[in-house]
Amino acid sequence: MGFLHRHRNLTPYLLLGPGLLYLAIFFVVPLGFLAYQSLESGNFDVGYSFTWAWGNYWDAIQNYRGHFIRSLEYAGIATILALVFAYPLAYWIAFRGGRWKNLLLLFIVAPFFVTYLIRTLAWETILADQGPVVSVLRDVGILGHDGRLLATSTAVVAGITYNFFPFMALPLYVSLEQIDERLIEAAQDLYASKWKAFLRITLPLSLPGVVAGTLLTFIPAAGDFINAQLLGSPQNHMIGNVIQSKFLELTDYPAAAAMSFVLMAAILLMVAIYARAVGTEKLTG
Amino acid sequence: MTTAAAAEQQRPGSSALASAWAFVKHHVLTVYALLAFIYLMLPIGIVIAFSFNNPKGRFNYVWSGFTLDNWKNWDGVPGLRSAMVLSLEIALIASLIATALGTLIALALVRYGFRGRGVTNLLIFLPLSTPEIVLGASLLTLFLNLTIVFGFWTILIAHVMFCISFAVVTVKARLIGFDRHLEEAAMDLGANEWATFRKVTLPLIAPALLAALLLCFAISIDDFVVTYFNAGPRTTFPLFVWGAARVGAPPQVNVIGTAIFSVAVIGMVTNVLVQMRRERSTANA
Repeated sequence: MGFLHRHRNLTPYLLLGPGLLYLAIFFVVPLGFLAYQSLESGNFDVGYSFTWAWGNYWDAIQNYRGHFIRSLEYAGIATILALVFAYPLAYWIAFRGGRWKNLLLLFIVAPFFVTYLIRTLAWETILADQGPVVSVLRDVGILGHDGRLLATSTAVVAGITYNFFPFMALPLYVSLEQIDERLIEAAQDLYASKWKAFLRITLPLSLPGVVAGTLLTFIPAAGDFINAQLLGSPQNHMIGNVIQSKFLELTDYPAAAAMSFVLMAAILLMVAIYARAVGTEKLTG
Repeated sequence: MTTAAAAEQQRPGSSALASAWAFVKHHVLTVYALLAFIYLMLPIGIVIAFSFNNPKGRFNYVWSGFTLDNWKNWDGVPGLRSAMVLSLEIALIASLIATALGTLIALALVRYGFRGRGVTNLLIFLPLSTPEIVLGASLLTLFLNLTIVFGFWTILIAHVMFCISFAVVTVKARLIGFDRHLEEAAMDLGANEWATFRKVTLPLIAPALLAALLLCFAISIDDFVVTYFNAGPRTTFPLFVWGAARVGAPPQVNVIGTAIFSVAVIGMVTNVLVQMRRERSTANA
């Protein structure tokens, strides 16, 4: 340790070294390989060669525009639904949970303890044609006599909403829990109605949680393919399904690599638009 | 409910309706929270219930009688036991490595000022905000291009990669509240840096390490997407479920799912209760 003592300013780099090197080799470098692969042409049988094939990107957008749009659409709707469902729940735990807060939080994270695929399969059971939900909806007349939920976009969005719900609820809870309740009381003492106090005090103060929750939900949701695969029909397939099958079944690596980058770009674009919208709202609010 | 009923008896007519409405209005959030908890628990209930199902035929979708056979014969499906063993091995090793690497990074970030902090934070943050499918695909292209044989090692490398950032975030959060005077006291009393780390720092951050280990373990054992891209011929438990889902997942899948869920929940509840007791005893003291 004498060495460390003599070179104190080296210590942080020695601590960082192994982990960051690992991430560089197995996160950054692979992205480079993916980028390289996305500009190759050829096929699995004759081999691939690097040709600056920007056409791969053009083809990805041209041929799979529907899948890209559907992915962003499903992820967007699911994110909004999760926000609307999770906010009152997080609010209730934060302000009414008392000393049971931590135990109640367990209910929110509980779905994470059931393997992702298994809980999605459970939704398959719940939404199945013979299942109770469909039969009730048919009786009430919301669904037609032979209407179904499985293999529809509704099922896919419902699955995504459920599976990423904790990502939304936890950051919401954290930001709501930090709010000083005296601020809300003060607003009410100054004759703000409960609703107005919520809109002017609670909601703005919980905005960091809203932003974190939406991003944590939207990003993985946009790249998901499990819900579309298990709960949807091929008409509901998202871009993740295409990337997955092109990589692992069709071995069309350059096209799949290009699509991965288009997906990332699309997500970044949406996040940037969102960040800008929220930012300006914060400024005016 | 009882309050509303009592109110109805006292004041008949429209005022009873009004007080019932007032009751609902007052408790609407609680009722909502209850419904939300039911929503979150519903698929979990299905998973547990169907682990006791006695399905006729291949599909475990329709309830057809209670049995304990699936539990007694949990590894009665070919491939399930080896998949489970592989998942546990990977989760154990990956969480140990990721926690070690992540802790070092967290120590550097919290304890030291150094150049390159921004890049470090970015490198930690990016894997968390990249869709899993892109993480999996980029590692796949790396291994393909370097003609590395897919199997145990590629799965392990992938799991360590996506766990590191979670470990950093978890340990960092606990390190920030750390009282550095304790270490200075130890050094003043003649302990060298290594002895101080082993005897003072490590015991104090042990809960953070445990939290990071458990989180990494949980994320690793549940991972499907990245593993699917990099497993080659090997099968982890989630991959087994995926394969089984195509031909009808056997109830044993639910047995394992229920077992994992129970272990996780028992661990979490114990943790929360211990915390609550500790908080109460410090409050009383």
